[in-house]
Amino acid sequence: MGKDSRLILDPLADNNPITIQVLGICSALAITAELEASIVMSISVLFVLAVGNVVISLMRNIIPSKIRIIVQLIVVATLVIIVDLVLKAFAYELSKTLSVFVGLIITNCIIMGRFEAFALGNGPWRSFLDGIGNSLGYAIILIIVGFFRELLGSGTLLGYPVLGNPIPGELTGLYAYGYENNGFMLLSPMALIVVGIIIWIQRTRNKALIED
Amino acid sequence: MSLKNNLHNFKEKNKDKKWLPAFNALHTFLFLPNETTHNGTHIKVADDLKRTMNTVIMAMVPCLIFGIFNAGYQHFNAIGEPVDFLSWDAAWIGIIKVLPLLLVSYGVGLAIEVLFAIIKKHEVEEGYLVTGMLVPLIVPIDTPLWMLAVAVAFGVVIGKEVFGGTGMNILNPALTIRAFLFFAYPTWMSGDKVWVHGADPRVQNLAEGVAPDVISGETILGGLAQGKELGYSVSDMFLGFIPGSIGETSTLLIVLAGLFLIFTKIGSWRIMLSAALGALAMGLIFNGVAASNLISESSKFYALMNTEFWHHLIIGGFAFGAVFMATDPVTAAQTNKGKWIYGFLIGFISIMIRVFNPAYPEGVMLAILLMNVFAPTIDHYVVQGNVKKRLKRLKVKTA
Repeated sequence: MGKDSRLILDPLADNNPITIQVLGICSALAITAELEASIVMSISVLFVLAVGNVVISLMRNIIPSKIRIIVQLIVVATLVIIVDLVLKAFAYELSKTLSVFVGLIITNCIIMGRFEAFALGNGPWRSFLDGIGNSLGYAIILIIVGFFRELLGSGTLLGYPVLGNPIPGELTGLYAYGYENNGFMLLSPMALIVVGIIIWIQRTRNKALIED
Repeated sequence: MSLKNNLHNFKEKNKDKKWLPAFNALHTFLFLPNETTHNGTHIKVADDLKRTMNTVIMAMVPCLIFGIFNAGYQHFNAIGEPVDFLSWDAAWIGIIKVLPLLLVSYGVGLAIEVLFAIIKKHEVEEGYLVTGMLVPLIVPIDTPLWMLAVAVAFGVVIGKEVFGGTGMNILNPALTIRAFLFFAYPTWMSGDKVWVHGADPRVQNLAEGVAPDVISGETILGGLAQGKELGYSVSDMFLGFIPGSIGETSTLLIVLAGLFLIFTKIGSWRIMLSAALGALAMGLIFNGVAASNLISESSKFYALMNTEFWHHLIIGGFAFGAVFMATDPVTAAQTNKGKWIYGFLIGFISIMIRVFNPAYPEGVMLAILLMNVFAPTIDHYVVQGNVKKRLKRLKVKTA
């Protein structure tokens, strides 16, 4: 059991797909301006990766290795289309915010990476845990980045104003003292810098992660 | 025992204390340390990093003093009660607005330097001395102090310390700070309300002081971008009696400072000259486009394109950027040929951004940051070109 729990715990910190393997950066930069979008994106990836890993793992002995990439693509594409349609049906506004990035989960390196590196060589239960672990590792970074970007960039969290009312003339909270939202936080370069700071802090705390 | 020895002994006694770097910084700033080598042959040059930095600061002081007077002068002009340029009234407004900016810039920047010196257990680096002076000179007069503090913290940590501190940075820290302010708080950094003290209604609300009805303090570039006529004479623009960031308005003083830097061999004349050439070249191209009727007069680029090419050198922050920012020895190109290319492209791209993107009238900031990133690449190809040339010569000789 200890081995299985490592499958979930490792990707959360010391083998995090974003901060250590530096995969899946594209979506981490693009959709983290709002916390809600980050959470929904994380759930979508969780679903695709966990289910996909199990499916690939079940088929691992019958996939000819020459066409395995195509098979993996078909599996992940099917799952992504399901997610996309569910989002469009039940959360239309949000699916517009996420726009093309739900479709781009197909090309998210984390997913193909786990299929190739793990699901093709392990049983369904372990593959399932691995999928959960890695997508949680992805989710934790997305949520941290989304939290700071929405808080500092728009002064809200999940859409609720937490720092006061920024409308001129009826300023409340922090805004009454002259505080202003940081527009830079809403631009993608700042997401890269926030991810960079997370990587910096993580490697300072655990020197073993520093490579030459 | 002299004070010098006392200080040295104090340092020896507290060798393993955590706060020692902070003490060392002050110590070496004011005194020559005792640790000198006593034997062997050494090349002796009086120019250490601190001397270099102080020279640049000396070159900037006239700009700062001019900026203080100009801040008040523009303010009284805008509210319709003109005063003499060299008057106590003008200086007072300037002092109460500019001095806090200077103090915040140095205070926050040096605090972070000391903090990192203690964490990393090395000596405090002098790198912030020049940056701290540059920052107040390149921001609008009414920039809120907390914004400046946030930006300085960002610029010093992300622009410099993450790369390893002074001498290792890729981007010019002062411009990183300015760019951060520009993208984070655009309404405070551009537009026609921020350049003259008191022109911004938000400042009036906060200060609840004098509230002039509508005073406009737009810069020449801002006005041109909207297709307005030039409201200032060439001599005003050259001497600096125009609204703008605090220290960048007087081209005359900047040119004098540039000559001083060239004379003391601190700044590179190649970069300054080639930046001016680049700007003139781009200005001439635009003038040509406007003169040959390739664009119509109704085009939004027309006014800026039709500006006489040499006016570009004296309006906006171009001169300041070319003299003080582009020549930063850490982030500029290192090879002589590379410096020509680097400077020329800075001038060329500044004017291009200035004309084509009216939302970013201060193209010089973005142009220098862009070329900072490319400086190592330019150097690489210059060096490789030289290697190839020499290899060829060697082949001819041996063959």
